[in-house]
Amino acid sequence: MAVKEKKQAVPRVKMPEQAPEVRRRNFKEVPLGLTDEMAMTEASRCLQCKKPACVEGCPVSVDIPGFVHLIAEGDFAGAAERLWQKNALPAVCGRVCPQEAQCEGNCILGKKGSSVAIGYLERFAADRAREQGGGALPEVAAKTGKRVAVIGSGPSGLTVAGDLVVKGHDVNIFEAFHKPGGVLVYGIPEFRLPKEIVASEVKTLEKLGAKIELNSVVGTTITIEELFEEGFDAVYVGVGAGLPRFMDLPGENLIGVFSANEYLTRANLMKAYLFPEYDTPIARGKNVVVLGAGNVAMDSARTAMRLGAESVKIVYRRSREEMPARAEELHHAEEEGIEFVLLTNPTQFFGNDEGRLVGMECLKMSLGEPDASGRRRPLPIEGSEYRIDCDLVVVSVGAKANPLLTNSTPGLGLNRWGNIVADPVTGKTTKKGVWAGGDIVTGMATVILAMGAGREAADSIHDYLTRGW
Amino acid sequence: MFKIVNREEMAQGTIILNEIEAPRIARKAKPGQFVIIQSHEKGERIPLTMADVDPDKGTITIIYMVVGKSTASFSKMAVGAEYFAVIGPLGKATHIEKRGKVVCVGGGTGIAVLHPITRALKEVGNHVTTILGSRNKDLLILEDKMKKASDVLHICTDDGSKGHHGFVTDVLKDVLAKDDISLVVAIGPVPMMKFVSSITKEKGVETLVSLNPIMVDGTGMCGGCRVSVGGETKFACVDGPEFDGHKVDYDELSKRLRAYQEDEKKSLEQFEKKA
Ligand SMILES: Cc1cc2nc3c(=O)[nH]c(=O)nc-3n(C[C@H](O)[C@H](O)[C@H](O)COP(=O)(O)OP(=O)(O)OC[C@H]3O[C@@H](n4cnc5c(N)ncnc54)[C@H](O)[C@@H]3O)c2cc1C
Ligand SMILES: Cc1cc2nc3c(=O)[nH]c(=O)nc-3n(C[C@H](O)[C@H](O)[C@H](O)COP(=O)(O)OP(=O)(O)OC[C@H]3O[C@@H](n4cnc5c(N)ncnc54)[C@H](O)[C@@H]3O)c2cc1C
Ligand code: SF4
Ligand code: SF4
Ligand code: FES
Repeated sequence: MAVKEKKQAVPRVKMPEQAPEVRRRNFKEVPLGLTDEMAMTEASRCLQCKKPACVEGCPVSVDIPGFVHLIAEGDFAGAAERLWQKNALPAVCGRVCPQEAQCEGNCILGKKGSSVAIGYLERFAADRAREQGGGALPEVAAKTGKRVAVIGSGPSGLTVAGDLVVKGHDVNIFEAFHKPGGVLVYGIPEFRLPKEIVASEVKTLEKLGAKIELNSVVGTTITIEELFEEGFDAVYVGVGAGLPRFMDLPGENLIGVFSANEYLTRANLMKAYLFPEYDTPIARGKNVVVLGAGNVAMDSARTAMRLGAESVKIVYRRSREEMPARAEELHHAEEEGIEFVLLTNPTQFFGNDEGRLVGMECLKMSLGEPDASGRRRPLPIEGSEYRIDCDLVVVSVGAKANPLLTNSTPGLGLNRWGNIVADPVTGKTTKKGVWAGGDIVTGMATVILAMGAGREAADSIHDYLTRGW
Repeated sequence: MFKIVNREEMAQGTIILNEIEAPRIARKAKPGQFVIIQSHEKGERIPLTMADVDPDKGTITIIYMVVGKSTASFSKMAVGAEYFAVIGPLGKATHIEKRGKVVCVGGGTGIAVLHPITRALKEVGNHVTTILGSRNKDLLILEDKMKKASDVLHICTDDGSKGHHGFVTDVLKDVLAKDDISLVVAIGPVPMMKFVSSITKEKGVETLVSLNPIMVDGTGMCGGCRVSVGGETKFACVDGPEFDGHKVDYDELSKRLRAYQEDEKKSLEQFEKKA
């Protein structure tokens, strides 16, 4: 008992961060990382539960007490290896997992005080390993002579590629863009996930022998049928969601109204924040409105602030409680001066003679009975229309399945939203030799779920290639 | 990868042709489809239509007008140089079928886009009348190839230095009055497509145009290329680039094409200063 009390007396570590007034105008990473001492002290708070609730909260069952214990002992490389057993991208997940709803949300210490900072520790161990040259590469099994095509280089595809290349299969990743990483490079901004981390994970995969064919849009440059004809034995489809949702409001095609996909792709993948050193331009709004309240919306809002906006508003039709973004993103956004305009829904956009956005009309909302999602349904308050002046709107109200690949692949079963139907355990699709996982199956979810689906599919593909089922 | 194997200057060096190694794309490309090209890692992604493909040689041909920073930087690349990225084939291919008498109207680099379509229309047995326009005779491109691809060829120049003195629309009106035309394909500057469409709409002649909005990915992922067609929003990179000319909101397209005007100017000035 005494031990437990002592542990609870140590407060949860505070992550050193760039100050809000400084970071809101630069693209450098916001949290600075823990020192060795901080990490070891934090790790020592863990009770090493016999039945760790935290692990149940983690979609890929990371051995949390195990790796945390190794950090407490100062064996950082060992901690990283323990993480890699279940999670191929710990430096990424430590940064972007919604920990408060998963591992940390389940941690027993959280019931009374504050949970162990599992995300910070995960990131710490992975960062130390990377700084020390990436640790030992896993051993690659003898070549099986089987060839696997992985379509899409997001977290899901990277996981499949990593797992299967280690098992001795030849793996080619086909990526539509000119850079690998999926949402990790084109969506999530540098200040939240430095691109150098993604690049280093990809390099490890290449060292293990996976080949990456960039600029290859499967469905047009080459079809799945043709991949089989070229001699691939199995195909994994991890192409993400990849189709922006607009709101179908009058004025949505004015210059200054962007999808979050376009806005963030320009900023992150094309590095438009470094224009004109990089050629791609981006609209720099003075008064910016972001529609939506998920991670994508927070990323868009914080990017707009960094591009010099005078004001940035998040306009959301429900209340604060329903905002789906990670707690840390909401908190960071608010600290950076982003305003939350809640219970408000846009109805139209206004433009000038040149077709440029100058403002929008909004309607106030109230919350009614819970809807199918279990959240209270927003209802418009009649006559509550009012105007917000703005010169840039980023629409971040979700994404749909991009039909480019699925339309060109006969025999691939889709649900009514156009997502690929895949077995929830194995990832098998209705087409022989084809597996799918990640956002193209589930709709936009999380990095860790996309990776989890990749791991399950990789196991199933391995069985298929080695045992024929 | 993506090596330039042939390069030509046209229209007094304002228009450049590049033949590029891209075997996978060359195998699949059809008339009307385009590629997205980046000259270097920091470069913008620029959509350009394939003016020709050679599947046996594994090459594609692009013909572009030098208008800004990216096309200016492309124009500095010599034979043997390599593009950083070429992605495609993108967009829907032109639906080629035998319609009877068709008219192809082209202006500027639109002529390069129009050429493979014209050739394909003739190959399936259409009677093709082609009307080409340019500011003066020196800026006209692909005259010989278009002559070969057409049954009748008309040329118009704004200054009268060759062919008809005036706009393509003047000749088009004549042709429509004399013949029973079942399809018009118009590719060129937005005002040209707009005027052609308004003439053919009056006469009730089906018209295809190829739109060129600003693009990023070219795969339907960003929505930057959206255009209004018949009151509906379409993504030109996947739903097009060809649309029913009678339904396109040309004014919106013209405005959206000017979205980054100031930045583009700055970018080009900086590039020219360095060069
Ligand atoms: C801005 C933003 C912020 C986010 N923040 C978080 C967060 O904080 N935490 C979290 O857990 N999740 C977050 N998410 C969600 C998370 O990023 C996704 O759930 C996850 O990336 C899905 O992984 P995926 O591998 O299925 O697909 P993606 O990451 O979308 O990767 C798919 C890849 O496939 C490629 N591709 C598509 N079509 C083709 C084709 N036809 N041929 C070849 N390649 C193709 C794409 O170019 C892309 O590279 C965020 C998403 C966005 C957009
Ligand atoms: C499907 C499609 C096919 C095209 N085919 C051809 C072709 O065969 N030959 C040809 O000469 N041109 C073609 N274009 C136009 C060509 O893409 C632009 O001229 C080029 O992008 C200009 O880039 P820049 O940097 O040189 O000039 P900038 O100074 O950047 O821009 C000049 C003008 O070009 C347009 N533009 C700028 N960036 C883009 C972009 N990323 N995508 C599209 N337009 C842009 C804008 O209207 C801008 O005002 C096509 C466009 C599309 C969408
Ligand atoms: S992968 Fe995500 S959920 Fe699992 S332990 Fe790590 S941070 Fe927590
Ligand atoms: S639940 Fe919390 S205290 Fe228990 S093992 Fe997991 S992290 Fe440690
Ligand atoms: S260019 Fe991005 S959707 Fe068309």
